[in-house]
Amino acid sequence: MPSLGADMTEGTLLEWLVKPGDPVHRGDIVAVVDTTKSAVEVECFDDGVVESLVVEPGTKVPVGTVLATLEGPDGAPAEPAEDTGPAAAAAPTAAASPPPPPSHPHHLHHGGGPGRISPLARRLADELGVDLATVHGTGLHGVIRAEDVRAAAEAHPAAEAQPASPPAVGHDAQARALDMRHSIAALMTRSNTEIPHYHLTLTVDLHRTLEWIRERNVGLTMSERLVPAAALMRATALAATEVPELNGHWVDDAFRPSEHVDLGLILSLRTGGLLVPRIGAAEGLGAVAMMARVRDLTRRARGGRLRGSDLEPPSLTVSNLGDQGVESVAGVIYPPQVALVGFGAVSERPWAVDGMLGVRPLVTVTLAADHRATDGAIGSRFLKALDRALQDPASTMEQTEQQQKEQ
Amino acid sequence: MTTTLRDPTERATRETTFREALREAHREAMRRDERVFLMGEDVARYGGCFAVSLGLAEEFGEERVRDTPLSESGFTGAGIGAALGGLRPIVEIMTVNFSLLALDQILDNAATLRHMSGGQLSVPLVIRMTTGAGRQLAAQHSHSLEAYYAHIPGLTVISPATLEDARGMLWPALEDPDPVVLFEHGSLYNLAGELPVDPDPVDITSAAVRRSGTDVTLIGYGGTVPRALDAADLLARRGIDAEVVDLRVLRPLDDATILESVARTHRAVVVDEGWRSVGIAAEVSARIAEGALYELDAPVERVCGVEVPLPYPKHLEDAAVPQVDDVVAAARRAVGDDA
Repeated sequence: MPSLGADMTEGTLLEWLVKPGDPVHRGDIVAVVDTTKSAVEVECFDDGVVESLVVEPGTKVPVGTVLATLEGPDGAPAEPAEDTGPAAAAAPTAAASPPPPPSHPHHLHHGGGPGRISPLARRLADELGVDLATVHGTGLHGVIRAEDVRAAAEAHPAAEAQPASPPAVGHDAQARALDMRHSIAALMTRSNTEIPHYHLTLTVDLHRTLEWIRERNVGLTMSERLVPAAALMRATALAATEVPELNGHWVDDAFRPSEHVDLGLILSLRTGGLLVPRIGAAEGLGAVAMMARVRDLTRRARGGRLRGSDLEPPSLTVSNLGDQGVESVAGVIYPPQVALVGFGAVSERPWAVDGMLGVRPLVTVTLAADHRATDGAIGSRFLKALDRALQDPASTMEQTEQQQKEQ
Repeated sequence: MTTTLRDPTERATRETTFREALREAHREAMRRDERVFLMGEDVARYGGCFAVSLGLAEEFGEERVRDTPLSESGFTGAGIGAALGGLRPIVEIMTVNFSLLALDQILDNAATLRHMSGGQLSVPLVIRMTTGAGRQLAAQHSHSLEAYYAHIPGLTVISPATLEDARGMLWPALEDPDPVVLFEHGSLYNLAGELPVDPDPVDITSAAVRRSGTDVTLIGYGGTVPRALDAADLLARRGIDAEVVDLRVLRPLDDATILESVARTHRAVVVDEGWRSVGIAAEVSARIAEGALYELDAPVERVCGVEVPLPYPKHLEDAAVPQVDDVVAAARRAVGDDA
């Protein structure tokens, strides 16, 4: 059972997506695990053939428990498999509906396959409150059709409000919300008890950045278009590279800097509660790539399909409540991180420009930092670096060639 | 006082064919309205290339059933002139392939004059033509080019597939103040069956559900309707309850009937002998996607003519146009029957 979050101590195996004898590769999604926060897809971190499934679906086991064993690719027995951290994401497999041979003409013709859902099925699932992630497709090549959704609705008439939770768990939505509340309570209490916070605030003029975004959006498709949050996150990642003292973890009374800027993104769920998935190695992402990652992460988090790698610990977290209209966010740090950057709403306000009163789009940035790890001077440097990045978007917002190469 | 309701099953009927029903429609129209006349290649003395007008010249005289020179553009233009002059001409063109010689007259005059005259001129003309494959007449006599005409604003395009429509569609077409193109699929002329002696009038505005079903809608027109009905019979043996929609009118399409059917069955197979690209089936599929996407439980299937000039040899011709088995296979894909 992998640890899918700093505060996770145990998890419930919901579903196996592989069976003994199936070949698996590093990054394949092999199982779905229920943490107290959501259902998470567990990625395999080794190549091999599934030898045995040790834990039955529906069982709650502590982190570190062996879930399954793998044989090596050559048939040699390998050590227990899914007991450490998950690996990079890869295409999902569905044990119950093997993908058709790639040469099958109708596969290409219809674009059918595991994970495909007919428009009617999607609409019905919405109407009946059925979580499509739990529906087994019986159409050609595993397509989910209306009758599959109806069957699922009949099998589990009390559909759960939390879209992430497969019905097998027996959790109801309220219990899940309560669980999540408890884990947030524990973590935040620990943070405010252990971490001596200091807060620094800076108001940043965004007019150059917004102008750059407007120009950059020309030629981008609707689904690629930038919103200011992408630029704010890009600037945060750059500032964290420049001021590495705020990017890392406080462990055993010492600061351990992180090699990459793994940006945590606080997402509030419609059903209540929070998830903090991360964008790994965010320092290498230009604003456009950052936007794509934010969209992807948000969509999967709200759809209850986060992967283990999304939930590895971030090195620095961003809280953006701008769309809620608040002016500033003085946050509570997620231990063991040492800082959290809060953004308020971008709004037009009076601003002194060249001795005159002007109207500018402004955002208030608030740094919450751990006084054990840093002092105010370092925090100030961080905010200045962030401001600088937002004043010169043409040279800061695009991915550099070196960053592209590194990817 | 007692009212006697006539049981439709006891209604007087007679054995007839698609060809005879068309001929009877001409006969009725010429009797009802003296402005109606027929002209085309070999329609009078020879009785029509497909014998639709056999005997009409003898009955109505060569003033009203007129042989023309082999000049599609010329006699179609003459028909347009006659219509402008107050007559109600029926122009027969031997096959849709040859009608292309008259396409300028049909598009640039018949379909356009009302618009260009600011509504002062109308062209109440009916143009009949044979379409479709299945008779080993090779590439210059066998194509299904209905889509060419269904593309043109200003025309009504109709395609009878049943004895009732062969008998009934001509009269409302003649009553229409604007030009109507009527397609007769060559494989239907010998279609035989019973028809009431005094048939009910039909419209030239709506599609018709020829067979009700719940699992999949098979949509065809003209020559593909009997194939869709045969396919529905075969599907029924597999437990698949297919509905068959006969488009009847290719322009303007009756979206409501199509969408209403697909909204009930959630699956659609469009059967069209015309070439797949940019054809009637493409248009119907697009309208389903526009109007009923969230009702669809499977991708729309199209069973169309293979995109080649129609071959002459029987086995190749059969392979080039939709057959009953092709429709069955498409319907099974749509419902996910892969047993």
